[in-house]
Order: sequence, then C-alpha cells, then structure tokens
Amino acid sequence: MARFIVRRLVGMVFVLFVVSLIVFLIFNVIPNSPPAQRLAGKNATPVLVKSIEEEWGFDDSLPQQYLTMMKKVFTGELIQYSPRVPVDERIVEGIPATLSLSIGAAIIWLFFGLVLGYYSALRAGGKLDKFLTGLSIAGISIPVFLLAPVLIYFLAEKLKIFPNGFYVPLTEDPWEWFTHLVLPWFTVAILSIGFYSRVLRSNMLDVMNEDYVRTARAKGLSERQVMLRHVLRNSLIPIITLFGLDFGATVAGTAIITETLFNIEGVGLYAAESIAKLELPPIMGVTLYGAFFVVFINALVDIAYAYLDPRVRLGTSAQ
Amino acid sequence: MSPAPLLSVRDLRVGFATEGGLLQAVDGINFDVRPGEVLAIVGESGSGKSVTAQTIMGLTRSKNARIEGSVMLDGVELVEAPDAELRRLRGDRIGMVFQDPMTSFNPVYRLSKQIGEAMAAHRDDLSKQDMHARAVELFEAVGIPDAARRVDDYPHEFSGGMRQRAMIAMALALEPELLIADEPTTALDVTIQAQILELLGQLNRDRQLATILITHDLGVVAEVADRVLVMYAGRVVEEGSLDEIFYDPQHPYTWGLLGSLTRLDRPRPKRLPQISGTPPSLLDLPTGCSFRPRCPHEFAKCTELPALEERTAESPRHCDRCWLSSEQKREKRQVGGQIGLEAPA
Repeated sequence: MARFIVRRLVGMVFVLFVVSLIVFLIFNVIPNSPPAQRLAGKNATPVLVKSIEEEWGFDDSLPQQYLTMMKKVFTGELIQYSPRVPVDERIVEGIPATLSLSIGAAIIWLFFGLVLGYYSALRAGGKLDKFLTGLSIAGISIPVFLLAPVLIYFLAEKLKIFPNGFYVPLTEDPWEWFTHLVLPWFTVAILSIGFYSRVLRSNMLDVMNEDYVRTARAKGLSERQVMLRHVLRNSLIPIITLFGLDFGATVAGTAIITETLFNIEGVGLYAAESIAKLELPPIMGVTLYGAFFVVFINALVDIAYAYLDPRVRLGTSAQ
Repeated sequence: MSPAPLLSVRDLRVGFATEGGLLQAVDGINFDVRPGEVLAIVGESGSGKSVTAQTIMGLTRSKNARIEGSVMLDGVELVEAPDAELRRLRGDRIGMVFQDPMTSFNPVYRLSKQIGEAMAAHRDDLSKQDMHARAVELFEAVGIPDAARRVDDYPHEFSGGMRQRAMIAMALALEPELLIADEPTTALDVTIQAQILELLGQLNRDRQLATILITHDLGVVAEVADRVLVMYAGRVVEEGSLDEIFYDPQHPYTWGLLGSLTRLDRPRPKRLPQISGTPPSLLDLPTGCSFRPRCPHEFAKCTELPALEERTAESPRHCDRCWLSSEQKREKRQVGGQIGLEAPA
C-alpha cells in the first residue's frame, strides 16, 4: 500500500510539471504578440511593459524563461500589475470561501445522490423510481446560471429565507457562514445529485446480477445485508472515480460561475474578474492552482480506490 | 432399507411470466434425496435443472415467478415458507456451490470475511476469532494448503480450482445436511474437475451429506452419482440408478447424450456424434413428447405426452417417458455397436 501511495504521488508531480509547461507555452510562447505587453494589462505604461520584460527575462532562451516563471510562482513573486498585488496572496485569501462552497456542495451531492440512487435501484421500475428519475433528469437539465437567479429571486428576495449572496468566514460566525452558503451549495450540488443518483442506480442494477450477489443470498444474508454489503459496496467503486474528477472540476471550475452569481469572494470570483479585465498573471496563477487541485484530488481518489478495491493495490487486474 | 429422504420434491412447477407469455421452466418434477446420496440432474442448457436447484433454495422467488408443488426438507414445506424462514435455511441447512468460482466471490472482501459472513448470518454466538478459526479448519478440510495464511487472501489471489475449493468450504461452513452443486466443475479444466469431484464425493461419504449435483456432463455424473435424473425442456424424461442410466437407458434423449460422449477406448469417429436440432422454445413446446421433433424414432403415438413411469419389468424405480416398447428400445439404441441415437434420415 505504501508503495502504491508513493508511486501515485510521484505520478502527480510529473503531471503537474506537464501542466506548468503547457501553461507556460500557452501564456508566454504561443501568442503572436509581445508577452510583456499582455502581462502588463490593458492600459499599461511603456515603462511598466519595459520593466516586466526585464523582470521575466523575455530575451533569454525558452527553458530559462520557463525557470524564471516557475521561480516567480513558487516564491510568490507572481503579481498582478494593476493594482500591484501578489497573485498568491489573492488566491490564498479566496481559498476558504471556495473550499467552503465546494466541500459543502460535495457533501450534499454525495449524500443525496447516493440515497436517491440507492432507493431508486431498490425500487427499479416502480413508482418511486420513476419519480426520482424524473427529478434527477430535471436536476441535470437545469443550467446553473438559470437555477441560481431563480433560487435567489424566490428564496432570498421574495421569501427572504436565505441571505442574498456574499460570504461570511466560518471563523467569524458559523451560523451566518452556513445560511449564506445554503443556496450556493444547492446550486452547485443539484446537477451532481441528479447525475450521481442515475449513475449509482445503473451501477447497482448491474451489480445485482453478479454471481457473488447470488452467492450472498445463498449464504442466507438478509436482503438488506445483501444490498448494503455486496451491491452498494461494489457499486461505489466507479462513483469514487467520478467524484475525484467532479470535485476537482468544481473547485477549479464550477465555482467560477457560482461564486460570481452569489458574490462569494473566492478564487473563482477572482478568476472571473481577472478574465474580464484581461489580467494575465492572475489567470496564470488560478490555472495552476486549479490544475493542482484536480491532480491532487485525483491522487487522493486513486488511493481511496485502492482501499476500496483490493485488486488495484497489487497492480493486477481482476482474474 | 435406505434412510428416509431428507429432501422430497413433488410435482414442482416453476413458471416465469414473460412478454411472450408464461414460460414453464420446470413442469412437474418429482425426486427424493437421502442422506449420503448423490443425485445428479442432467440436461442441456434451458432444461430447467438450475431453476430446480435455485427454487429449492428460494432463489427464484420474484414477482414474475409462479412456483407450485411441494419441496419438503426434513418435514418442512419450503414452497409455502415465508422468505425469512427460507433465508434461515439457506447457508445453514442447505449449502450451495455455484458454477463459476471466478465470479461467485465478492472481489472486495477477504475470503475469511466472506466465510465468516455466512456463519454470522445464522449464529450470533460466534466471536470473530471463532469464525476465523473455523474458516481455517474448513480450508484444511477441502485441501487448501497453508490454510491459516491463505484464508485471509482476496479471491483474486486464488486459482480457479482453489477458489472452487474455497466455495465448497464456504458452503460447508455451518455443516448443512443438503449440498446443492450447480455445475461445480464446468468452469474448471479437466484435471481440476477430477479433484473437485473427488472432494465432493469424499465429503458426501464422510459427512453423510445429501448432494444434488447439477451438470450437463455425463462424465461428471459417472464419477460420483448414485441416482440420475435426465431433464429435457422442463420435464424429467428418465430417472434411474447410475448403472441403469448408463447401461440400460430407455429414453432416446438419454441415448443421444450417451452417444455424444467421446470415448477414448474406441476408434475415433470421423465426426463427433451429436443430437441434431436444438431444444424447443419453452414458450412454444410441441404437443406430446417434447423431444419428438429431434427424435428419429418418432411415431404416431408420440403426439400424446407419455407419463414418467416404470416401463421396464426388471428394474423398479427406473422410469422414463417414451412410448417405444422395451424390445424396440433395446434394438433401436444400438448404433454402430454402442448406445447412441441414430442420425435422422
């Protein structure tokens, strides 16, 4: 197991290296205009452009330029130029809000997705299953940018059950933190609830036909034990993979739209603002941060996967 | 006098409602199994042999299934029994071994845990240590070397033959009186098959287990069975002792099965013999004898379904469903100097 974890972490470092190379190429090498001009922002003075050119060493060889960029990323010298603020500072400031949003939403979607999927599979073909199927298709079909305004309009503006947007740090006031996040959480979660319940349902229906489920019944296990220990347990394995990808993507991507709609000062909102103002250093920083999260969470998931499925641990496939 | 039967099946009928109508998978079968006896149920795919076995265990119960008749285990009626009562019998008094040992274990749990689970389902006075010790004992009993260490392996760390041994160990965990083995050797290669059959035979003798062996392979039957039931399209077409079935078979279908065995002690035929045609659809059975369309000896009487009854004077309890007279049978089953079913004209 330890060897597996080490192998996976080494793989993760390699993937991040490749991502940073791609970021370097996209931002600094491929575009057909002076990179310093773009880094400086829309209304930069020639003096600023000149200083950026020297600072980033755009006259050096490409490998040297890459090293300079990475040095800036790691030492916190990657800064946005108008106003002059270190990018990593802004990202670190935004992380609590973004993680509050993503982790809370993930818990909600896993819980509801699994519960609804489980009961849907148990009653496959029945009325409850049909109802839940309709519900999840609806959940999958509603776009976030429609769902969020609708929720805000009815629940925050009209009924005033929930506050309308903004983020209150957990350390400041846990209750306010919670109430401010309920709507954003569900906004992010609803699509995944629908999706996960569908996936779990079909996984379970497949697993129910497996020979080992029949064996479990032949041993005299109760129907509930058969369902939980054998059917559900084995149906969760693919869900974990899906979760790794989705959670990474939520932290690094979905949060951009939701944070913008709810005015949550997280990394996503920072990214959205930077894109609107065409500020390259923050976009570069946020891209690397997003890549780090996706890769890191996938490494964690692979480790969890090895725990759930002993066949993965040994590097051998089934049979 | 042989002991009283442990399991008595009377007029068992199992049908499934399908879109094409009622599919009668098992159509009125009768048999007894006594302690220490091996009953083999033989037939092609779709003959109803597995459905019979699974119905005894209550595994075919579903909304679509129609189960009628009687299955008595030691005086207890199983067909009418509530689900919870059947569940208590499964794994405790009836053990089952399945066809494919590769897929019949859950890949994510250690074998000791899966065997312990079978015990925990029926006994709540066993500690984890007791169950583990018992699992090791069982592994030793079925001939798995280094049992104490291997018992904590995962299924994928075992070879096919070893997995089938582990499967048998699990079925025996609570010392059942009845063991149902559903094609236990079909997924194994021939040398391993022989070992597994030997193990089943030995357990049957040592523990006085009543054993139902389901197979399509007459070679397997010859190794271990005491009595044989030949099934075709949901009905028993012939029933008798091992010797009766092999040396004095009465039904043309049995002749066909025997004739299609490859024999190493005879010159090799140009083509391996086979029974021509395919089994009938259970949704659209021919009237009368269901083997009629494939039978070269068919005559007018065959449109009437023959009852399963004793038709040979010399051996009682040897029953079959064929209208041919004993003399005709003795003459017609001889094909090229051995028992077989002649090719249709």
